[in-house]
Order: sequence, then structure tokens, then C-alpha cells
Amino acid sequence: MFQTAVFYAFAAILLFAALRVITARNPVHAALFLVLAFATASGLWMLLEAEFLAIALILVYIGAVMVLFLFVVMMLDINIDRLREGYWDYLAPGLAIAGIMVAEMAVVLWGRQFGLISMPAPVPRPADYSNTRELGGLLYTQYVYAFELAAVILLVAIVAAIALTLRRRKDSKFQDPARQVVVRKQDRIRIVTMPAEKRAGGDQ
Amino acid sequence: MEFFEQLLGPAWPAIWTLAKIVAIVLPLMGLVAYLTLAERKVIGYMQVRIGPNRVGPRGLLQPIADALKLLTKEVIIPSGANKFLFVFAPVMSIMPALAAWAVIPFSPQVVLANIDAGLLYVMAITSMGVYGVIIAGWASNSKYAFLGSLRSAAQIVAYEIAMGFALVGVLMISGSLNLSAIVERQAGSWGALSWNWLPLFPMFLVYLISGVAETNRAPFDVAEGESEIVAGFHVEYSGMAFAIFFLAEYANMILVSTLCAVMFLGGWLSPVPFLPDGFIWFAAKVAVVLFLFLWFRATFPRYRYDQIMRLGWKVFIPVTLIWLVIVGGWMQTPWWPWGQS
Repeated sequence: MFQTAVFYAFAAILLFAALRVITARNPVHAALFLVLAFATASGLWMLLEAEFLAIALILVYIGAVMVLFLFVVMMLDINIDRLREGYWDYLAPGLAIAGIMVAEMAVVLWGRQFGLISMPAPVPRPADYSNTRELGGLLYTQYVYAFELAAVILLVAIVAAIALTLRRRKDSKFQDPARQVVVRKQDRIRIVTMPAEKRAGGDQ
Repeated sequence: MEFFEQLLGPAWPAIWTLAKIVAIVLPLMGLVAYLTLAERKVIGYMQVRIGPNRVGPRGLLQPIADALKLLTKEVIIPSGANKFLFVFAPVMSIMPALAAWAVIPFSPQVVLANIDAGLLYVMAITSMGVYGVIIAGWASNSKYAFLGSLRSAAQIVAYEIAMGFALVGVLMISGSLNLSAIVERQAGSWGALSWNWLPLFPMFLVYLISGVAETNRAPFDVAEGESEIVAGFHVEYSGMAFAIFFLAEYANMILVSTLCAVMFLGGWLSPVPFLPDGFIWFAAKVAVVLFLFLWFRATFPRYRYDQIMRLGWKVFIPVTLIWLVIVGGWMQTPWWPWGQS
């Protein structure tokens, strides 16, 4: 009973936050609503006994991805009027894509073949049951090739992303820390001894 | 206790948990208050000054006077600020600093929630602390505050990766994400030599230094950098809203020290085999790490921003990655003296 109430509360917050992500006028507000959506989704996964996924969602998406996202969005100089130009032109293709997505989800969620209607509730486990250990065991035994393949694809994507942004200017100045730390006093200053000068005038 | 259980009926577990939360948070707040005094005194003596010595005997009531002063001041909301986010930011920064204490084991049985994914929970909760800084900087509608929050965002993302890898090393040796199990795994016949700091020494250093960077403490305090951007992200805050940022910073310092004690310094275990284990050792270890924080602040000048980035990405992350491979290989050989997990 209590769990059902929590589920509906979380679901309502999630829907509201997701809706605000696309309707908020200010992009920073939209990004913060996306953070709220992730946090609520993580709560829902926790209700499904998927503790590792729930915590990983917070750690990766809220703790890292959205921070970088906000970092970029906060620095953008966005003209809201220009963004709203062509709203009606994009409406029809947008609605078509949304319709296709809803239809696909309906096929999976309501379809007889997938049997999601008769999906049993997850078995509650005691607090010392390690969800993470089970996941790790599966990932590194049964699904090891798929897992490594995904890792390699991600690595290639990272290398490609860095290679795309790597434009080195010829005339840019930069520091070489290795050379900075081997510098000795003799390389930078020269101590000169010279006799004291006599004062030119009289007493004053 | 059974009397209360009968009196309150089904509400009893919630009330009992609340009581335990209060029993953790109240001493923590006291500790924060006196940590500020300790900081001023320690840095004072390191700079051959006396530090605060006027309020109460030897200045012992100074933090209380500070708290009263901040409580009675007005909270000014800048005219161009986003009001909701401006007030919400201090809450976002104190929430993770307090929530992470739920899984910290103080001594063998004393822990609020002994969950299996304790380490992951701590990492997830502490990674949310940066939102307080980012939202504060953005909502203030001030250039200085905004620069501070951008600096903080980039810095915290960089150091969190190194911190995460250092904790992966702890996870490999312990074979568990449960913080109590991590401490118990460090028990051994050699006392302090059985703790994780020895096999994971490079990671211990990386964790400690990343902890200083994560809490925005000197020498990594570019997010507030007084001499460059006035007070950084909290430049527009006054009164209690400012005090909450202050509380969060010191609570985070205590949290990082505690995690350091739990993961690398054996938690409540005694450093010498002939003395009994207990909470006193835990408190002593936390105090030593906290002293290091104050010592760093009194000793080192502030890092330059590009040097901070270089240290995080080009030094710490490779060091932890290489040490992960070394420890992983070493654990498979018969010459691993710290026992099997």
C-alpha cells in the first residue's frame, strides 16, 4: 500500500519534470528539471529492487553528465525568440516522430509476445544481498563478449570525439611542466657584484 | 524502550530512525562549529598568532557567537537573482553533506543503515554536492559568482574520477561495497600495517588530495579564491544562507576525513594489536586527517587553475589506473600478504 503510494508520487513527479524539460523557457531550468527527472527515475528503480542501477544513475547522470551539461548550457548565450522561430514548421515532423515512438512502446508493453503483462514483481531480498556482485558476475561471464565489445565501441567514440576537437594552433603558447620543474636558480637569475657608487653631489 | 514501542505502535520505527538521525546530526553540527574554532586556532599558532581568545575562556565560545551573529543578519536576495534557486542552492549543498552519514559505521554495530551498496551510495550522494555550488553561482546573477561556479564544476568533475578509481582499489581488496565489511576486512595481526593504506598507498594519497579538492579547500579553493573573484559562488549570500554554505563545507571536510579513516585507515580498528578496538580510534583517525586539512591550508599557496586541471587529469587518473592494474596482478600472486577476500 505504502509502496504503491510512493510509486504514484514518484511517477507523477517524473512526468511533471519530464514535461517541464521540454516546456521550460530557460535552458538552465530545463537542465535542472532533467536532473529532477533522473533522481525520480532512480527512486523508481530502487522500488524495483535494482539498487545498483538506481545508484549508478545518480552517480553517472546526475553526478557527472548533467554537471557537464549545465556547465555548457550556463555559458550559452541563448536568444529565446530566435529559438522559437519555425516552431510550426517543426511541429508536424516532431509529432510524427513522437507518434512512432509511442506506437513502438505500445507494441512492446502491450504486446502478447513479450509477455510484459504477466511480469512478476521482483522478489524482495534482505539488505545484505549484493545486487552489484550478481551484475558483475553476469557481465564478466555470460555477457563478457558483448560487454567488451560495448567498451571498445565507447573507447573508439572517445578517441574520435577528442580527435575531432583537436585543432592545434601553431602560434599558441603553452607551458611544459616537465621543463618548469627542472629549472634551477642559475638558469633564471644572474647575480652581479659591483662596487658601491660614490654620491655625486655634496652632503645634501 | 518497549514501553514506547507499545505506546506509539506502527509509528515507532520511523520515530526511532528519526531519533538516530538526530543523534548523528546534532553532534556533527557541534563538531562543525568547533572545527571552525580549531581551524582558526591551529592556523593562528602556525602563523605565530594566538587566534580568537576573547569570547569565553580561551575563545571557546567564539563559534557560538559567530552563529548568533549570522542568525540575526538579514538574508539579502539580489534584485536580478532567481529567487527560488537562490534560496534552494544552500539546501542542495548541505543535503548531501548530511545524507552521506547514513551509511558511515562508527564502531562495529553502530551504523544508521548497514546497506550492502554503502560505498556506491556515498559516492552517489557526494557527487550531488556540486549542484549547490553551480546553482548558487548561476542564480546569483553575478559575474564573480558565475565564474566561481564554473571553476568548481570543472574541478569537481575532474577530481571525482580520480576519487572513484581510488575507491575501486579499496573495493578490489575488500571484495565488498559495505563500509562495515571494508573496515572488518582490514583487521589483521599486524595492526596498522594490515590497513588498506599500505597496499593502496598511491591511492590513499590520491584520495586524500582529491578530498581536499572536492571540498574546495585551500590550496584548491579556486571556486571562492578571495584574491581573484572576491568570494566566488557565495559572494551574494549573507546571513544564514551564507552560514549554510559554511556548514556544508565543514561537514564535507569531516565526511571526507571519515571516509578516509574508514576506507584506508581501518575505521575503529586499533593500530597496535594489544590494544582493544573502539570508537576512540575512529575519532582519533578522523581528527588526524582533519588536522591535515588545516595544515594544508596554513602551508600551501593556492594552485593556479591550469595546474589543478593538469594534476587531476594527467597525474592522478593515470596513477590510480596503473596502481589498479598492479594491485589486481599482485593479488593473484602468492606474494600478497594481506589475505584473500
